Amino acid sequence: MSFTKRAVLKLSCAALVAFSPLPALAQDWEPRRPIDFVIMAGPGGGADQIARFIQSVAERYDLTSRPLVPNNQGGGSGAEALLHLNNANDPDHTILVTLNSFFTTPLRQANLGIDIQTFTPVAMMGVDPFVLWVHRDSGITNFDQWLETVRGMNGDYVMGGTGSGQEDSIVIAFLSNAYDLDITYIPYDGGGAVARDLAGQQIMATVNNPAEAKGFYEAGDVVPLLAFSDERLPAFPDIPTIRELGHDFSYANQRAVVGAPGMSDEAAAYYQAVFTQVYESPEWQGYLESESLSPLWMSPEEQRAYWDTQVANHRDLLASLGQ
Amino acid sequence: METLGLLGDGMLIALQPINLLLIVIGVTVGLFIGAMPGLGSVNGVAILLPITFLVPPTGAIIFLAAIYYGAMYGGAISSITLGIPGASTAVATTFDGRPLAMQGRASLALVTAAIASFIGGTVANIIFTGFAPLLAGVALSFGPPEIFALMLLAFATFVGLGSDDIPKTIFSICFGLVLGAIGFDQISGAPRLVLFDITGFLQGIGFLVLAIGVYGLGEMIWTIEQTRGDVENTTPRMTAKGMAQDTAESLRRGWRGTTIGSLIGFFVGILPAAGATPASLMSYGVTKMISRRPQDFGRGSVDGVAAPEAANNSASTGSMLPMLTLGIPGSPTTAILLGGMVIWGLTPGPRLFVDQTEFVWGLIGSFYISNVAALIINLAFIPVFIWMLRMPFTILAPVIFVLSIIGGYAATRDMFDIWMILIFGIGAFVLRRMDYPLAPAVLAIVLGPIAEPTLRQSLLLSGGDPMIFLNRPIAAPITIIAISLILLPLVKVFRKKKPA
Amino acid sequence: MRYGEILTAGVLALFSIYLMWKSTELPIGFIEGRGPGGGAWPFWLSAIMLLSCIMVMVRWWRGTSPAAQSDEPFLDGYGWRTLALVGGGLLGFVALIDILSMYGAIAVFLIYYLRFLGRHSWALTLVFAVVAPIALFFFFEGAMRITMPSGWSFTDPVFDILYDIIY
Repeated sequence: MSFTKRAVLKLSCAALVAFSPLPALAQDWEPRRPIDFVIMAGPGGGADQIARFIQSVAERYDLTSRPLVPNNQGGGSGAEALLHLNNANDPDHTILVTLNSFFTTPLRQANLGIDIQTFTPVAMMGVDPFVLWVHRDSGITNFDQWLETVRGMNGDYVMGGTGSGQEDSIVIAFLSNAYDLDITYIPYDGGGAVARDLAGQQIMATVNNPAEAKGFYEAGDVVPLLAFSDERLPAFPDIPTIRELGHDFSYANQRAVVGAPGMSDEAAAYYQAVFTQVYESPEWQGYLESESLSPLWMSPEEQRAYWDTQVANHRDLLASLGQ
Repeated sequence: METLGLLGDGMLIALQPINLLLIVIGVTVGLFIGAMPGLGSVNGVAILLPITFLVPPTGAIIFLAAIYYGAMYGGAISSITLGIPGASTAVATTFDGRPLAMQGRASLALVTAAIASFIGGTVANIIFTGFAPLLAGVALSFGPPEIFALMLLAFATFVGLGSDDIPKTIFSICFGLVLGAIGFDQISGAPRLVLFDITGFLQGIGFLVLAIGVYGLGEMIWTIEQTRGDVENTTPRMTAKGMAQDTAESLRRGWRGTTIGSLIGFFVGILPAAGATPASLMSYGVTKMISRRPQDFGRGSVDGVAAPEAANNSASTGSMLPMLTLGIPGSPTTAILLGGMVIWGLTPGPRLFVDQTEFVWGLIGSFYISNVAALIINLAFIPVFIWMLRMPFTILAPVIFVLSIIGGYAATRDMFDIWMILIFGIGAFVLRRMDYPLAPAVLAIVLGPIAEPTLRQSLLLSGGDPMIFLNRPIAAPITIIAISLILLPLVKVFRKKKPA
Repeated sequence: MRYGEILTAGVLALFSIYLMWKSTELPIGFIEGRGPGGGAWPFWLSAIMLLSCIMVMVRWWRGTSPAAQSDEPFLDGYGWRTLALVGGGLLGFVALIDILSMYGAIAVFLIYYLRFLGRHSWALTLVFAVVAPIALFFFFEGAMRITMPSGWSFTDPVFDILYDIIY
């Protein structure tokens, strides 16, 4: 047994020598353990891609003295990840990349006993807007046409999205309420599967993030109709926002990093400095632009205030949508 | 012709010294990661993803694909030598690989696995090269009803794999399916079956937790108890001549399984969400059905090792097809590879084949080279694994226990899972003693979480009408074949009973 | 007769009933136009589990299954001792992980198994108990970057040194 181990070790050590990160930040506190970098999604989804991108930027610039170790905890709409942080026995070395499940899951599952205000704000990396997509072959090119089609189908119009009570279903439920539509909603386990089944015309429309639909959009398979952002998206300048249509609504998925409850102030300051550097890196700025994310940089205090407004907003949204 | 030219260029890219070195390192690392119970290609690819910044994207994806390949070869090693399927793709390999190892023919099983993997991978590569763009549409035409029909077919092919005790086999299948339903209900988003209100159950029970509990602990304790701790060591020393004989024997006795596995593996592999696990199960089942000696299956059939191994390698190449032609992941590992492409600044999607010729064909060329490298490296390491098997059982057993626990933790990094492994281990020992077959439960926990959501998505699509499985052009034939396969053994049972 | 057979079937039947009851937290019926509810899949499968257990019991009662006719006890003295020593060892192993760290627990388990169950020499036992945890540490933490549980705080100094070596 030990021989085989050694063979692997030799190879892997060779690979590691090239990378051993040097302490890049002169700070009082430095991690002494590998940092548990929890991802609120399974491997391969949109959220996972972003988390790994962030990790790769931190690696490239040797920003941390101990590596960020990605840890996918995607179960239960983020409940698993939140519990993992809540029970972390080493909060100084445990951070989480979040989505909006950070707000919705504690609301919908009160029995988990999670109070997000106990978490430690680290960095708001950006927000991922939602866009309404249809397949090219549907022949629909604008939102009015889409409304007409949906109304004409009497409930047979099929849309897909992520699990019930999650981001996609909130946006679609809002649409159906606002325009009094009857839509059949099919929940999938991730944005990638949703984009795929739209391209294969298993479903008729989605509200994917631009990053998830990008490949099919560039190939001309899917057509954007409406953006759920505050302003028009630079990548789709001709697509109206729902605000322009007279609805006081916008919805975006947050891509933020938070620390475990009970993290020391020194550790929080360390991570805030690290992720500020990641945020300012040309790679991340390029990613924001190419994947149509909107920047929304905030100080830690502002993040806490933002959490409060988001929780209140989501509570209202979920209540008004009957979820 | 044009394709051959592109392929030639691609191979030349893969044969550049730096890329060749990456292939050799990647395959070796993958082999060991795959051989470690609890770790699979997903772990290997995910962990080494950031390292790939050091080389250009083509080299990076070649490296990661080599790890993926190596891990597929390696999965068979823990199935055969330790009796623990290190990944769900290798469950079917334990059915006959383990009995062969117990009969002292571990080297035959390992050689068969390596050769079948090589042939499976190569056949898949050739189909891939010739027809990739043509087959891309097939992946998209599989919606929820088609995938559910396919899962039904996978169940149908292993319906006959249980023991003769029918109630106990049915119990085992249903038990696995119910375990797979623990956690959250995907469709309604509500928590489900949180047993005894322990929050740990919210995350569900993974395949590895059950598989490591059943095989790593339960089966081991059972073996110790059965043999009174005195396991006879029958594994002979490895010689070059023995290896050559094993190669000849594996080809002679395993060609049927290899052929079936290669073909089924590729076509199931290209379908989204299906992946290598159902592919290997279906290949095993089909090979058993058409074999002249079906009674050997489960008792050390060479075909029984060759079929799933050819299939899982073929499927892993197949799952690259939707990834490259459409930007759709065919397996969790390819999902991470897609993430890598974004990090490297490429846009996965239908344009990739056109816009990034060098990247795409360099990767395809590397499949061929990686496959050869994996075969050679795997064969070279077989004596090491044989040497390991020759250790006294009182050393091997604790080593397997330790690897089970540490590997089980590595998979999810959650102590709750370790406690569950222990509970399943003791439970499996008791049930094994009572002649409950447990393999069906282990398979059901893999297929259940794919089958249930697709069933319910389909019914949502049709407004609750089950005819959706019979009036779609692709789903209908698959459903009909699956149902007839399930009913066939039942008819036989009733026929048998009548005269008596 | 093997009372183990009926006892096991009985326990499994009770467990199936518990699963059925637990499944009813979500709708178990067919919702018009939407297909089965969230609890239907586990509920009906658990019901089949219960039926299988009842069939096992019936066959035991009528003596038609091989298990029902066997005189072999569930476990003899040796079997119980094996289960207690090996199963108990594993239980201790898992319980020690949170206290001594994963690697400490592995060392203790290997000493227990190799020396006291396997009756190997102290030399061989100690070589395994020292080399295996260190090798596993470098494989998992160094190469695979998977952090294992580190135990109570008294283990921290050791890990600080080890992490300084690999990073």
